[in-house]
Amino acid sequence: MSENFPNGTEQVTRVDHLLIASMVEPGTRVLDVGSGNGSLLALLEERKRVDGRGIELHQEGVNKSVAKGLSVIQGDADIDLIDYPDKAFDYAILSQTLQATHQPRDVLEQLLRIGQRVIVSLPNFAHWKLRSQLVLTGRMPETSHLPYKWYDTPNIHFCTLKDFRELCDELGATIEQSYTLNSYGYKLPYAVPYFLQNLIGEQAVFLLKH
Amino acid sequence: MSHTDGPSKGCSNQPGKNKQGPIPYDSCSVTFRDDQPLRLDSGETIAPYTIAYQTYGTLNEQKSNVILICHALTGDQHVANDHPLTGKPGWWDVMVGPGKPVDTNRYFVICSNVIGGCMGSTGPSSPNPANFKPYGLDFPVITIADMVRAQASLIDYLDIDTLFCVMGGSIGGMQVLEWAASYPQRVLTAIPIATAARHSSQNIGFNAVGRQAIMADPDWHNGRYYDHDKRPSKGLAVARMAAHITYLSEEAMQEKFGRNLQDRDKVTFGFDADFQIESYLRYQGFKFVERFDANAYLYITRAVDYFDLAADHASKPGDSLADAFKDTKTRFCVVSFTSDWLYPTVEARTIVKALNAVAAKVSFVDITSDKGHDAFLLNEPEFFDAIRGFLSSAARQAGLQPAPVGDRS
Repeated sequence: MSENFPNGTEQVTRVDHLLIASMVEPGTRVLDVGSGNGSLLALLEERKRVDGRGIELHQEGVNKSVAKGLSVIQGDADIDLIDYPDKAFDYAILSQTLQATHQPRDVLEQLLRIGQRVIVSLPNFAHWKLRSQLVLTGRMPETSHLPYKWYDTPNIHFCTLKDFRELCDELGATIEQSYTLNSYGYKLPYAVPYFLQNLIGEQAVFLLKH
Repeated sequence: MSHTDGPSKGCSNQPGKNKQGPIPYDSCSVTFRDDQPLRLDSGETIAPYTIAYQTYGTLNEQKSNVILICHALTGDQHVANDHPLTGKPGWWDVMVGPGKPVDTNRYFVICSNVIGGCMGSTGPSSPNPANFKPYGLDFPVITIADMVRAQASLIDYLDIDTLFCVMGGSIGGMQVLEWAASYPQRVLTAIPIATAARHSSQNIGFNAVGRQAIMADPDWHNGRYYDHDKRPSKGLAVARMAAHITYLSEEAMQEKFGRNLQDRDKVTFGFDADFQIESYLRYQGFKFVERFDANAYLYITRAVDYFDLAADHASKPGDSLADAFKDTKTRFCVVSFTSDWLYPTVEARTIVKALNAVAAKVSFVDITSDKGHDAFLLNEPEFFDAIRGFLSSAARQAGLQPAPVGDRS
């Protein structure tokens, strides 16, 4: 899976990457599913000295990552996660990738099997900008965060933060920690109730345990 | 043969031009005596036996900067120096040398001629201690694991414990996999390139054609051509021609030769080399027989046919390829090329899947190239970037000093 941010992923460290990094204990074993050009893995190796692996759908991202010295393979989250043994990693990470998988539920289940903990970051389709675009213009929403047309978007399985929390429940996963970010990339205070997070949160990062 | 203590060594000083300056031109060799026989998978032993090898760069004090390169079917130890027989640059001259991806300013590179080969290591053309005549078909059948066992003896002899990296393409890649499976503690990183964990039916089929061509040559004399002062050159050349086709992609061949005619305007209605591709393959065959022993070709191709890493390392029925890599701490970089149909990408993927199943630390790049299997011998920028990046990162992790800045010697 590619990182679904069109520009500037190399120049600035993404906010969700920093949040993910803050959740990862130093020196742990990490699998980044949908590792893109390897920027999150590189960040984790640099700051947290993790033993990191990546799996990325697009060959170009894989080759760039390997040239950076990262342990990344070409593979498909929908197909290849089944190969990994149970609890092989301290963290299985899915950063901005769940919505681009064919079988998000299966992918999340596999991650919960492979990782002691799972970190998922995802865009919130219930963000007020998206809701209002759909309601007011009657068209599929486009934002700077999700800039694709409906016919060329890699994001084929959008969900809302509420939907995701429900799926976690269904799969028996506990949300140990979560951060919701507004469209400026700032963390919403914990005190903000879930229904409001689901309205003003543009993306969120979850730390899950099975 | 003498029975003195310990192996004997030697470095012949063959004269020759040397473009690289300080890179040694001559081959070193070590002979293991009767008290250190090579025990083979077949149950037989070879003693004494000689391993010829080349080294490049300098071994550091901790002996932690060693890269062992394993050569392919028709390669040899002359990785990065002019070949003593052909005068051509070493077969991986583009990859190995000062400032190159395998930087000899940083790493100490070793490459040895495989057991069963014909460039100084003991093989079917070497004297049989029983009668001092060339072994011929009395040479025991060897396997990829036997080749690796012989390399391990050389590494022991050089008093090196851990290899920073074992790398190689094609059959060299099989040796890399065998090293990682047989000596996991001694291999820090492994780079199997354009290879497979076992030979496919198609692969075995092509090798069978090559062997039959050699054995059908009347000059082969049941492998005893040495006694008749003959060489089955025609058979070996045909074997090489057939194999050479498998090293190229259809696309590259079409682009290079198409249906172009060789030095003529129209076909001759005869069996001369009308087409450029015919002429090219004949030339490849002709050049090859000058430097290669036909029996060595039989033995090495046989070793490859027998290679099946999963079966060889299975301790119980139902064991898979993953079990060959169980608990491995080795860091892998698997490389394949999109147009390689001899060892296609799917073979590399099988290796990667097995490594994932044991949660090994693995990188895998499939390099876009139209050059076919031979791409691993060529300067493909993405391929080189991957090797460079992988080695540098592993070297950093292993605490190896970077190459001195500006030192291109």
